[in-house]
Amino acid sequence: MQKISVLLFLAWVCFLFYAGIALFTSGFLLTRLELTNHSSCQEPPGPGSLPWGSQGKPGACWMASRFSRLVLVLIDALRFDFAQPQPSHSPGEPPVSLPFLGKLNCLQRILEIQPHHARLYQSKADPPTTTMQRLKALTTGSLPTFIDAGSNFASHAIVEDNLIKQLASAGRRVVFMGDDTWKDLFPGAFSQAFFFPSFNVRDLHTVDNGILEHLYPTMDSGEWDMLIAHFLGVDHCGHKYGPHHPEMAKKLSQMDQVIQGLVERLENDTLLVVIGDHGMTMTGDHGGDSELEISAALFLYSPKALFPGAPPEVSRFLHTYSAAAQDLQVKELHRLQTLFNKASADYQRLLQRPQGPEAALQTVITELQQFLRGVRAMCIQSWARFSLGRMAGGAALMAAACFLCLLVSQWATSPGFCFRPLLTLMACGLAGTIVCAGLLTTTGLKLDPVVLGAMAAAGSLLPFLWKAWAGWGSRRPLVALLPIPGPVLLFLLIRFAAFFSDSFVVAEARATPFLLGSLILLLIAQLHWEGKLLPPKLLTIPRLCFSASTGPPRHNGTHALGLGVGLLLCIRLAGLFHRCPEETPACHSSPWLSPLASMVGGRAKNLWYGACVGALVALLAAVRLWLRRYSNLKSPEPSVLFVRWGLPLMALGTAAYWALASGADEAPPRLRALVAGASVVLPRAVAGLAASGLMLLLWRPVTVLVKATTGAPRTRTVLTPFSGPPTSRADLDYVVPQIYRHMQEEFRGRLERTKSQGPLTVAACHLGSVYSAAMVTALTLLAFPLLLLHAERISLVFLLLFLQSFLLLHLLAAGIPITTPGPFTVPWQAVSAWALMATQTFYSMGHQPVFPAIHWHAAFVGFPEGHGSSTWLPALLVGANTFASHLLFAVGCPLLLLWPFLCENQGPRKRWQPLGRNEAEARVRPEEEEEPLMEMRLRDAPHHFNAALLQLSLKYLFVLGIQILACALAASILRRHLMVWKVFAPKFIFEAMGFIVSSVGLFLGIALVMRVDGAVSSWFRQLVLAQQR
Amino acid sequence: MKDTDIKRLLYTHLLCIFSIILSIFIPSFFLENFSILETHLTWLCICSVFVTAVNLLLYLVVKPNASSKRSSLSYKVTRFLKCCIYFLMSCFFFHVIFVLYGAPLIELVLETFLFAVILSTFTTVPCLCLLGPNIKAWLRVFSRNGVTSIWENSLQITTISSFIGTWLGAFPIPLDWERPWQMAIERKYKMCTSLYVCTRHGASHCPQVWPISCTLGATFGYVAGLVISPLWIYWNRKQLTYKNH
Repeated sequence: MQKISVLLFLAWVCFLFYAGIALFTSGFLLTRLELTNHSSCQEPPGPGSLPWGSQGKPGACWMASRFSRLVLVLIDALRFDFAQPQPSHSPGEPPVSLPFLGKLNCLQRILEIQPHHARLYQSKADPPTTTMQRLKALTTGSLPTFIDAGSNFASHAIVEDNLIKQLASAGRRVVFMGDDTWKDLFPGAFSQAFFFPSFNVRDLHTVDNGILEHLYPTMDSGEWDMLIAHFLGVDHCGHKYGPHHPEMAKKLSQMDQVIQGLVERLENDTLLVVIGDHGMTMTGDHGGDSELEISAALFLYSPKALFPGAPPEVSRFLHTYSAAAQDLQVKELHRLQTLFNKASADYQRLLQRPQGPEAALQTVITELQQFLRGVRAMCIQSWARFSLGRMAGGAALMAAACFLCLLVSQWATSPGFCFRPLLTLMACGLAGTIVCAGLLTTTGLKLDPVVLGAMAAAGSLLPFLWKAWAGWGSRRPLVALLPIPGPVLLFLLIRFAAFFSDSFVVAEARATPFLLGSLILLLIAQLHWEGKLLPPKLLTIPRLCFSASTGPPRHNGTHALGLGVGLLLCIRLAGLFHRCPEETPACHSSPWLSPLASMVGGRAKNLWYGACVGALVALLAAVRLWLRRYSNLKSPEPSVLFVRWGLPLMALGTAAYWALASGADEAPPRLRALVAGASVVLPRAVAGLAASGLMLLLWRPVTVLVKATTGAPRTRTVLTPFSGPPTSRADLDYVVPQIYRHMQEEFRGRLERTKSQGPLTVAACHLGSVYSAAMVTALTLLAFPLLLLHAERISLVFLLLFLQSFLLLHLLAAGIPITTPGPFTVPWQAVSAWALMATQTFYSMGHQPVFPAIHWHAAFVGFPEGHGSSTWLPALLVGANTFASHLLFAVGCPLLLLWPFLCENQGPRKRWQPLGRNEAEARVRPEEEEEPLMEMRLRDAPHHFNAALLQLSLKYLFVLGIQILACALAASILRRHLMVWKVFAPKFIFEAMGFIVSSVGLFLGIALVMRVDGAVSSWFRQLVLAQQR
Repeated sequence: MKDTDIKRLLYTHLLCIFSIILSIFIPSFFLENFSILETHLTWLCICSVFVTAVNLLLYLVVKPNASSKRSSLSYKVTRFLKCCIYFLMSCFFFHVIFVLYGAPLIELVLETFLFAVILSTFTTVPCLCLLGPNIKAWLRVFSRNGVTSIWENSLQITTISSFIGTWLGAFPIPLDWERPWQMAIERKYKMCTSLYVCTRHGASHCPQVWPISCTLGATFGYVAGLVISPLWIYWNRKQLTYKNH
């Protein structure tokens, strides 16, 4: 009952946070209104007649067309310098050998030979530079908005007026071939279309070869007015290998041949446009707004000489939009309107006097340009518009939830704590709100689900706040309200404040390890200050009485110091895997983040592969060693068997998959099918194994070995079932016979009754680590599939992750006293360090809280052919990749509570060691009463155990909660900041996602501990039953 | 505890502060273009030498701790050599700590090392002067109830405040206020935007900004400790009872 109420309460607190986040998000991230109006030939765009009237000419609309046909070649990610002509080298200089330079020779040739027929421009792409946003922008002429960036791979039809629709309605035949994103954007708009799947960024050739198969036949058939060919090879090559790979040179040369072939086939009335939709960074990614990403090439060619210009239709759009949306600033709108009126009047005047001076024309042009810039600026301002009420409400809700966490985590440690009032309060609030919401809906008010959820959350919070308020002044002093010790409070405050500075958010990858390191050193210094680090005899002055104030140290000083230095070293090493934020151009990302497949050198590749497999084996060995150390490996339970045999199998599968993935292109053609098949099967097999392992663990979580011998004399001294003297240290260490005695005492009453039957001695091994063994097993099982989703070399980071959390746990355990019967607590510094470490590992795994830095590769692990139309599976894979560290640390959070108990046996073990010789005496010595019960102490006090779990999770939620609160406050206070869309908004979104993942992980972790607890209880019950028989 | 002791403490501390101020102004008479920010490393060396000299002088003059029983020359020499070795070791120790905290490993080694030297000057040198090369005594002083005199108490306060100052000095590093002592010197030197990484054209082309904020933080922390500790001791002189007095 208590367990369920803990879980319910946790779920409710999570719900409070979610409601706050949802409310804030709905106010903060607004989308743009899309107009469905369409232009038509009958309504001219501006006042007065057009210069080149369409009257009489066939096929013309507002203006006469200069070219009757168009070939649009869209080469994805064609950066400007890919197409830039290379100056011929002077003989002394070595030629530039970058693989992407100077490969489009035919552009250069045409520009030199026919300068009046061809132009090459550098076009600037509006960020976000993702393909769908760019396609929308290119065909509608509008601005892409922030929210659209999320739906890159699930694009929907464009409802706004656009080029393709206009052409189709004018009766032109538009033929398309290439990227199937167009299919979603313009359903049914093409007279003929050849779509090829675009999502698989590892596949360089399918789309391009498909286009080439159809391009020339279609062109020769002549049944088209506009021919669009969207090549994806260059973009995918960038994603897979980066621009500096020889593969890029091959791809660009292929594109060169394509353009050459098209130029040869062009007829006189046809215009050829070669355009890149965006650029790519040095690593081949895109999505942001760095200079390399927004510079794209635009090349025009026609056998006929090129061109004059035309006035825009922007004013009418603005007018219509302002009427429809009413969110543009009236003053600015008015100013722009007058500017436009003046410009168009000037224009009309100019038209009436065709021989007017050049200067007048220039003024008109500048006025129009001014007008366009003004419109652009205003649109950008307006399409990021906020709803302040919702933002404030969301932030307030989150703050209240944080306060609640603080309050209840404090109640949970107080001696007279019980769970029932928590639940009743919560239930009262929820019920009241549901009734209110029901009344509201019946009265016909339509409410957003977000608002409804927030109302429910706020309503159920109110009783708590009221109770806190009521019990404020009388019983609790003000100091008790802030239970966090000073230094940790300072750390939390620094972390809170750091979210308000864009520099610190950008530098968080460095700032978090700094804070973590400081916290660790502080812990060590504190240990020393308290006198726990060193034995008192080292402190030479005998007059100082240390031993009076503190108990004997459980660890010697070098131990804790070594742990601290090891931790710092691990953190520093993990820092080598950082990816640079875009804002620091001089910073270079770690080269180890790219997959092995992108490496060119064979030898280095093999070495790295060896290192990665080594990391894998080391991780496995470490986990097994740990389990053997606490000897949970001997049990015949299925989950233990799985750890012994399934884990190596998983490691093997992972290693094999890496080998295939990094060398797939070098495989001989005969084996291609096999390799392709294996790269599908292996990751799925590993994931399946992990899932089945977790299932087994949930089914039989108790990993103890039971040795039962009937008929042995039941005396107080015979405690182990070993017949001879224990020969190995292992026998002494692992058998924890006192557990049995403890059990006996617990059930003594029943045993007395059944004394007449044959006595039975049961020795349960390693019952003392049963909880943490299950946790560690679960974490390892979780880590393997997550590891598979990352690039190969990140496996080293996973190894470091396990290592440093192990060291941290040991260090923290040195500072946490065990209060044997009383309430168990996990100190704040432990929880803060744990949360900081989760953030630090997030960065060490090569992530940054910006969208271009997301590892999209993860979606293809196990699905090299893409996912078809489903979007949730790739989203899940990418999410698991991004928030792997959040998940692992959240699930592992209960270890913070368990570990001090686990470390308890270290002290006495040392004492036991020399006693092997005369073990008979040793066994009967009264010291045995102090033999470690380890985690069974927790079981002794189930009420305190549950309270401690609740308190731990609330503390963790509080630490995470103030982070998300700080992000939300920063995003709302600095919403007009220059960096809001670049730094604060993505940080908020990542932090919110991380919070959700963490809270779910935390919930699962707590639930796992409770499951183990339940299983242990039933195990005891079975044992007692067996004895009674 | 006598008030004269506190007075002596105050005077010695004022002398230390004075030496730091001197290290700022005196070199500009001898060196051209000297300023703390532009020729930071030179200042670091000079400041370190000044502070060490004043500390040694005060140690010889004031003799705050009881004189050692043996005073043979060889004993003094070995003691002095031991002190030197301890000082060097503490420099290396701090260097390693800075690298572990995120300072660059390969580039800017000299800067990091001089930073370690100045921090050692503020922390290790007073310890060596007062307690001698005796790690156990150090550990005792820096634990609860470990101090046995106002000198040790002030040593504790100045050392801890130096560390805190250094730690706080790291905070301005990521900010981009475009101050000369910060990393963002893009306008002058396009290639160096990050404090740590001046890679593209090698570290030598960049004006050295890396340890400036941290060393200044350490200096301010040290000075603050020097000012605070006599005041604090004076304030708490009723409560302070040292076990060996």
